[in-house]
Amino acid sequence: MKTLLISLKIFLVFTVLTGIIYPLFITGIAQVIFPAKANGSLLVRDRQVVGSELIGQQFDSAIYFTSRPSVILYNPLPSGGSNYGLTNIRLKELVTERKHHFYSFNQLDSQTVIPSEMLFASASGLDPHISPQAALLQVNRIAKARHFNDIYKQKLIVCINDLTEDPQFLCLGEVRVNVLLLNLEIDKIQ
Amino acid sequence: MTPHDFIQIVLFIAILTGLTPILGTYMGKVFTGKKHIMLPVFGWLERRIFRFVGADPAEETNWKSYAFSLLMFNFIGFVFVFLIQRFQAYLPLNPENLPNVSWHSALNTSISFVTNTNWQGYAGETTMSYFVQMIGLTVQNFVSAATGIAVMLAVVRGLSRKSTDKIGNFWTDLARSTLYVLLPLSILLAIALIGQGVVQNFKPYEPIQTLQGAHQVLPMGPAASQIAIKQLGTNGGGFFNANSAHPFENPTPFSNFLQILAIFLLPASLTYSYGKMVGSARQGWAIFTVMLILFLAGLSISLYAEYSGNPVFGNLPMMEGKETRFGITNSVLFSMVTTDASCGAVNAMHDSLSPLSGMVTIINMMLGEVIFGGVGAGLYGMFIFVILTVFIAGLMVGRTPEFLGKKIGAFEVQMAIIANLATSFAILVFTAWASVSSYGLASLNNAGPHGFSEILYAYTSAAGNNGSAFAGLNSNTLFYNLTLGLVILIGRFGVIIPVLAIAGSMAGKNITPPSSGTFRTDNWLFIGLLIGVILIVGGLTYFPSLSLGPIVEHLLMNNGISF
Repeated sequence: MKTLLISLKIFLVFTVLTGIIYPLFITGIAQVIFPAKANGSLLVRDRQVVGSELIGQQFDSAIYFTSRPSVILYNPLPSGGSNYGLTNIRLKELVTERKHHFYSFNQLDSQTVIPSEMLFASASGLDPHISPQAALLQVNRIAKARHFNDIYKQKLIVCINDLTEDPQFLCLGEVRVNVLLLNLEIDKIQ
Repeated sequence: MTPHDFIQIVLFIAILTGLTPILGTYMGKVFTGKKHIMLPVFGWLERRIFRFVGADPAEETNWKSYAFSLLMFNFIGFVFVFLIQRFQAYLPLNPENLPNVSWHSALNTSISFVTNTNWQGYAGETTMSYFVQMIGLTVQNFVSAATGIAVMLAVVRGLSRKSTDKIGNFWTDLARSTLYVLLPLSILLAIALIGQGVVQNFKPYEPIQTLQGAHQVLPMGPAASQIAIKQLGTNGGGFFNANSAHPFENPTPFSNFLQILAIFLLPASLTYSYGKMVGSARQGWAIFTVMLILFLAGLSISLYAEYSGNPVFGNLPMMEGKETRFGITNSVLFSMVTTDASCGAVNAMHDSLSPLSGMVTIINMMLGEVIFGGVGAGLYGMFIFVILTVFIAGLMVGRTPEFLGKKIGAFEVQMAIIANLATSFAILVFTAWASVSSYGLASLNNAGPHGFSEILYAYTSAAGNNGSAFAGLNSNTLFYNLTLGLVILIGRFGVIIPVLAIAGSMAGKNITPPSSGTFRTDNWLFIGLLIGVILIVGGLTYFPSLSLGPIVEHLLMNNGISF
């Protein structure tokens, strides 16, 4: 009986401490030091929220860079991947389909090597990045869709180079470019 | 692999090894009641808590009362987490008006979070209100880790004391682990993670119009505070469904590095604290070395498998279920760390790993979660193998087995075997059941041997209190919620109770001073033997099941066969 009483009281104490005070304290600090990040790194254009820098979006229009394949089609409720094993025949079929689509959509010849992330779906279904190589392969198609001449086409390549992120602190993670930021940037090209 | 990949791995191991003695020394002071730097900050709070609770922090108990307090405390946590899920629709902080959770899912989740497993049959962002995440789940993230540390401390006291039946005070161990170790580290990590972009707010979900004009709803919530303790406490339950693959949960390579480090930090440092508490840092380093060697062995095999091409996809890098910012190396590293440490967070979908990499993640868990292992749990799990090792070594040379001057008797060996068999029994019996029943097979996402691996992974993860999954398996069904819940309980308390019994029995023994004939437990010979015992006793049990799943899948894949 005594143990039960102590258990209940200790449980109450730690529920208040780690379940209420701790998250509120962290939220307080977050909202003071990093308000933009704590609220989802939202991107605003013309006073309209157009997305989060961290969450990828579905792009199938010819005037935009395409994101990675996503099982959830970039609908974050809920997030997730395909969970296909490598011996799953469906995965093999999907990769072939995506390969053909990438070739024809971007008018590439079938010798071009497509970066792997454009053929395989991401883990979260919300991956905001692709490799710069995957972006460069899409430049011709976008330039054509936007009726850009060669000078403007060069500007697309400059955008990719400007937005390419190197490994963090020189050593962590992969070289990548954020697709949403890139598409916002090319919308600014006049 | 490039030098860039190796640098990240070396950096991780170097920082981990460097922090081990620092944090290990600090925790040693905390757990033995010496003066330490957090005492001026939280010391008053500890005294207040014990005055309010009406317990004497210095009053120690025998192993049975210790176990009873532990079970009682965990039971209350279980009931509470269960109830708030069942009634979340009527509770505050539910801006998305999420409905009450089904009874069997709520049952599974509360068992899973109370036992430090954090298996998730549900998707966080579409199932759990902020109230449940904070007041139910975050709290259990703390206290289940503290429970693990408490059991480990009880064992270490059993080893270092003589002729007593007292192994400590559960409430003191629980309170000190939480106040002086888990809470301060979580605060630091949470703030660092928010700086990288992890969300932390109480806003409703943000509906937006995408650049292309589509509708997208961005989930929100107090995520960072939960993710920090999810990693530090080797819990692993994600705030969002995709866990640490979700860009709001793990936005950058640096946040990823911090999270991997946080998973191993406490289990590694506790080996050092253990060494200090038994009066020989070498004893701690010996255990650390065993863990590190097993970790590196698994990592090497897994990296090799992921970077080798296969006839199905040629030489394409296998990016299915992986995120661009992490790439293959960081995904493999994370998958090894999380399965070694009974954490269960993921930054890539393990279901889509190559067959051999997937197999290593399963083996890591099958070995009993002792490769660093869960906070506290890794070390007390390792003591079981240590007892078996000195017992086998004793048999070989015909001497009474001893560990740290304590004679190992029949009782200790029996308890060690019970703990070992409990988990293997649970894994194999339930895997067999699920793979021959229609309701078990109905949940599969993949056909062929990979489907069997999904089931094997699920029960292994539950028994090891890991919580990660081959997530294609739809485990949110009545059958899986109940059987996995049961296996989690066996894997947790089927180990904790025998281990506490060993602690109690050891505490009552005398310490024989070391002589020239003493079998040393801090040299390379012992390290080699211990690794051998872990692989043979822990691993061979499962070889037949592995050959039905990942091994045959690997062979089929190399012949270009798909299902």
